[in-house]
Amino acid sequence: MNTFLQLLVNGLGKGAVYALLALGFVVIYKATEVINFAHGSLVLVGGFLVYELKDTLGWVGAAVVGIVAAALAGLLIERVLLANARAADHNSLALLTIGVDVIITEEVVRRVGADIPFIGDPYDAQPIQLGAITIFRTQAIALVVGAVLITAFLLAFRYSSWGVAMRAQAENREAAALMGIRSSRVTATAWLVAGALAGVAVLFIATQDFSGAGLGRGTHAIALVAFPAAILGGLDSTAGAVVGGIVVGLTEALSAQYISFEFSKSAVFLVMLVVLVVRPSGLFGTKELSRV
Amino acid sequence: MLSVRGLSVRYGRSVRALDGVDVEVPADGVLAVLGGNGAGKSTLLRAVSGTLKLHRGTITAGEIRVDGERIDRLDPAVVVRRGVVAVPEGRQVFARMTVEDNLRAGGLGARSAADRAAARQRVHDLFPVLAERAGQRAGLLSGGEQQMLAIGRALMSAPRLLLLDEPSLGLAPQMVGRIATIIREIHAQGTVVVLVEQNATMALRVADHAAVLEVGRVALSGPADELAASDDVQRLYLGGHAESQAQAESEAAQAQAHRRTRTLSRWVG
Repeated sequence: MNTFLQLLVNGLGKGAVYALLALGFVVIYKATEVINFAHGSLVLVGGFLVYELKDTLGWVGAAVVGIVAAALAGLLIERVLLANARAADHNSLALLTIGVDVIITEEVVRRVGADIPFIGDPYDAQPIQLGAITIFRTQAIALVVGAVLITAFLLAFRYSSWGVAMRAQAENREAAALMGIRSSRVTATAWLVAGALAGVAVLFIATQDFSGAGLGRGTHAIALVAFPAAILGGLDSTAGAVVGGIVVGLTEALSAQYISFEFSKSAVFLVMLVVLVVRPSGLFGTKELSRV
Repeated sequence: MLSVRGLSVRYGRSVRALDGVDVEVPADGVLAVLGGNGAGKSTLLRAVSGTLKLHRGTITAGEIRVDGERIDRLDPAVVVRRGVVAVPEGRQVFARMTVEDNLRAGGLGARSAADRAAARQRVHDLFPVLAERAGQRAGLLSGGEQQMLAIGRALMSAPRLLLLDEPSLGLAPQMVGRIATIIREIHAQGTVVVLVEQNATMALRVADHAAVLEVGRVALSGPADELAASDDVQRLYLGGHAESQAQAESEAAQAQAHRRTRTLSRWVG
C-alpha cells in the first residue's frame, strides 16, 4: 500500500510536468489548428540555456533566462516561419514544425556533446519521508509548481480577455476577427505561452531523479510523451491536457513498478490507443454541439 | 458615412464576385442591399469588414471609405476599431462559449471600458433574454435567440456602422418581424445599419434606402419605398402581382429578359 501511495505521488509529480507540456500542445492547436511537433525542441532550448548559464547567473537566474528563451523561441518560430506561410494548410505547417524540431534538437545535441549532462540538482535530491512513504523532492516540487501554473493558466483561459479571445478564435476565426480580435496576436501569444511552459517543464525533466535522461535526445523523447497526454485528453481541451498529463504520469509510474521500466513508455501509448478507440475525440475532446 | 466606389472583388484567379459596385450609405438611415444567391451581397459586406482574405478573396479595384477614411486595406480588427462591425451570415455565435462570454468577446473591440459598459447595458435593454441566459451555452439557444446574440455581440463594441448579413435567414416569420423591429430600434439609437437580405419584404420595410445587386453589379438603387413600388423589384423580389408560383416564376423570367435589353433607371439615395 505504501509503495502504491509513493508511486501515486511520484506519478502525479511527473503527470504535472506532462500536463504543462500537453497544455502547450493544446494551446497552440486551439489557436492555429496546427500540431506543433517542435515542442520537444523548445524544451531543449530552455534546458540548454539553463545548463550553459547556471554557473554564471546561478541556477534560479539561469532558469528564468531558460524559460524566457523557450518562450521567445516559440514566438520566433511562429513569427518567422508559420506567420509567413499562411497559405499553407495545417498538415504542411505540422511538417514544417517537424523540420524545425530536427534542426534545433540536432544543434542542441551537437553543442552539449557526448556527455549528455543534467541541468543541475536544484531541488536537493534527498527524498522526503512522510511516515512510511518516500517521496522524491523533485516530483513533489514539480507537483506544486505544476498545480500552481496549471491553475493560473486555466483561470486566465477562463476569465481573462486573452482567454476569451483565444477561445473565440479557436471556435470561429472569422467571427473572432469580426469582433476586433487580432488573430496574429492571439496566435503569437499561444506560442509564447507554450514555449514558456516547455521552459518550466525542462527544469524538472532534465534532472537526474526525474527520469534519468540528460539534456539530449532522452529529454526530447520524454517531452514527446506529452503528445499522447494531449491526444488522450482531447487535443482541443485544456482540461483534457491536464487530465491526460496526470494519466500519462500515473501510467508511467505504475507500469514501471508493477510491470517493467522498459514497458512503461509503451504503456503510455497503449492507454492512448485504448482511449482513442473508445472515444475518438479523446477524454474531453469537443464534439459538435448543436440544438436539435 | 460609408462610401463604396468602383469596388471589384475576385475570389481566386477567375471568379469575379463584384464588378465596379458603387454604394453610398448615408449617416441617417438603414440601407438594404437586396439580391439573389450569388449576387455579391455577402462579398460586399466581407469587403467592408476586411474579412475577404479569410475567403481567399481580393479587392481588385475601387475603394471603401468610412467618414472619408479608406478602410479597404485594413485588418478586420482595425476596421472594428474604426466603428464598423459585421454580423456574418448564419449568425456564427461561439457555440461552445456561454452567452456572457460571447458578449465579452464582442466587447474586446470596444475603444474603452466605459464604452463596453454602456454597450452591455444597451444590449441587455434590447435583448433581455441575453441577460436571463447569460450562463447558457450559445449553441443551445434557439435560432432567433442566436440571432439576437449575434447582433448583441456586435453591438458590444459600440459600432457606428452595423452590417447585418441575412439576419432573417432560417427564422420563423414572427421572429423575423421582431428582428426587423430591433433593427429599427438600433438605428433610432444612433447606429447606421446596412442590411443585406434575400427577404426583400422585410428589408424594404425596415430600410430607408436600398440597392439591388445582380451578378456583382448594382442594378437599382434609391429610396426603399420607391424600390418597393417598382415593377422590377415587385416581380423579382416581392412576388407582387402573381397569383401562383408558376406565374411568379414566369414573370420573373420575363423581367430578367426585359432587363437585359434596356438601360435601368436609377435613383440616387
